Amino acid sequence: MIQLFKIAFRDLGRNRRRSFFSSLALAMGLSLLLLMAAFIHGEMNGALESTIRLQSGHMQIRAQTYDESKTSLKWEDLVENPQEVATQIAALAPVKAATPRLFASGIVAVRDETAGVRIYGIDPLSEANAPYREGLVSGDYLTAEDREGIYIGQPLAEKLGLKVGDQINLSANTANGDVDEQPFTIRGIYTTNTYGFDSSTVFLPLAKAQTLTQAENHASTIFVLLKEREQTESVANALQTGKYKVITWAKMNELVIQYEELANAYMVLLYLIVLGITATVIVNTLVMAVFERTREIGILASIGMKGRRIMAMFLAESSLLAVGGILMGLILGILMVGYFAKTGFFIGNMGITGMLIGNTVYPELTLNDTVRLTIIAFIITLLAGLYPAVLAARMEPVEALRGGK
Amino acid sequence: MEVTKIENVTRVFKTGKIETQALRGVNLTIESGEFTALVGPSGSGKTTLLQMIGCLDQPTSGKVYINGKDVSRLNRNQRADMRRGTIGFIFQFFALIPTLSAYENVEMPLLLVGKGAAERRERVTRLLESVGLSDRAHHRPDQLSGGEQQRVAIARALATTPTLILADEPTANLDTTNGQQVMETMTRLNQETGVTFVFATHDPRVIQYARRVVTLRDGFIAENSKAEMASPGEHG
Repeated sequence: MIQLFKIAFRDLGRNRRRSFFSSLALAMGLSLLLLMAAFIHGEMNGALESTIRLQSGHMQIRAQTYDESKTSLKWEDLVENPQEVATQIAALAPVKAATPRLFASGIVAVRDETAGVRIYGIDPLSEANAPYREGLVSGDYLTAEDREGIYIGQPLAEKLGLKVGDQINLSANTANGDVDEQPFTIRGIYTTNTYGFDSSTVFLPLAKAQTLTQAENHASTIFVLLKEREQTESVANALQTGKYKVITWAKMNELVIQYEELANAYMVLLYLIVLGITATVIVNTLVMAVFERTREIGILASIGMKGRRIMAMFLAESSLLAVGGILMGLILGILMVGYFAKTGFFIGNMGITGMLIGNTVYPELTLNDTVRLTIIAFIITLLAGLYPAVLAARMEPVEALRGGK
Repeated sequence: MEVTKIENVTRVFKTGKIETQALRGVNLTIESGEFTALVGPSGSGKTTLLQMIGCLDQPTSGKVYINGKDVSRLNRNQRADMRRGTIGFIFQFFALIPTLSAYENVEMPLLLVGKGAAERRERVTRLLESVGLSDRAHHRPDQLSGGEQQRVAIARALATTPTLILADEPTANLDTTNGQQVMETMTRLNQETGVTFVFATHDPRVIQYARRVVTLRDGFIAENSKAEMASPGEHG
């Protein structure tokens, strides 16, 4: 076996440039696929992190009858004494923060322009709302006592031509089914670098939102952040009391998870296409080698080398090309992923309903993707070597001896 | 003892609709220890006959026996098994593997028959010594002269101690001195080891070394004569 690889290595060395470029083709294909896989993973992971951080949390506590799609404000669909419930949940060791939130549908009107928004009534001081506070672009963040201020996203402000201090009218659904309208002053403009969220979400202090929507001492949900995402199931089980329902991030982000699964399925197809193309380069190299070495194949056959062994010799060459290409590809791929993980990859405003995708993707290469791609690349290259190897093995010695010069 | 026996062998090559009869019913027996030359003009069937004896090709009709075994209808793998260890080849072109050193080229048949490292080392060293190339063992073919390459090919042919060595125009690409050296090496090894040599040639200087001369013409054996062994000094 060692002899076989020694011969294969020397044979590849006969035309170093050709062997190098064959391996390089594989390396390029592999490195681009690694970057692609890291990009998809980074994008999906980023979307999930954004959604958890900005929208879903690790779990939410809601009334049993609360229907998220209807943004119900009926008292029976809401959590009563939400601050008290939140304080109890926050006392659990794995919980990082628990805070009440009230959601309502609304319309922002300014001059003759309007925009549909989702109103978030939040406790401005809660640690869970830090991403909104940290995203302040201009003006001030909300205070709990503010009764006239509103905090809006930068894309919405740009769309409506608003700046800090401007007045808007906000119409909102109320608990008894009416619509109430009140003027608000823009206290601050924020960005979370997530276009889908920033363009449609406005914040009010919880107390003001409760007054506006006549929800009184109620909230739509208790938003819970944990110290570790892995603790979700155990905390969720502990909080199942019957009075409220506990919804975990996995349930709330099914779309993101399904989208990632779909993306992964497409990636496998992409792997096969890209590596299939690089495999043709390997086939070409080895077929050329078979024709160039026809007489040598005849000599080896005449001294008694069986077809099986001749085949193994060419397969050894393709596996060496694969190893070379894979090593180069891993180095190139890891370098590219490392670069973009540092600088980020700006993709602009991506709006997919139900997903919060940031405007910059930070690729994340997983061990799973790396191993999977390496194995697929190796197998495809070996399969590519099969045709030239069979071609060599099936040569009649007498024909092969006659064939060369 | 018969090393090979050819019975009514014909070989027809087809190129499109054209049929060429390379051998037209050849009968020949080679005994153990012979040093036989197959002679005749180009196209007379020398190489085809050597390929039949060497299990590289199969007859269209007739039978070929090697060491008493009918090899006429063996499959590809069985013929490879028969060649390995039983038959050694020396070709007109310097048929060495260019990426392997002289030592490794000689070692190759021993690897194929599964000899251990120590036995291989001992055997290759001795064979290279016997063809006078001990000091060139680690040179690659492109670092050897034509004559040296052909002597490495002789050592390789002898590696597995075959009963029969077939040489197709072994001196055709060599100058007189190197050709003479190669033939003398073959003659000496035939005498020392008793291995049977059959070689195809149309070079009169090479024919002089043969103890038996089989002349082919148009696919037939035209003449089959045994000559007195001449001393090496008389050749050339």
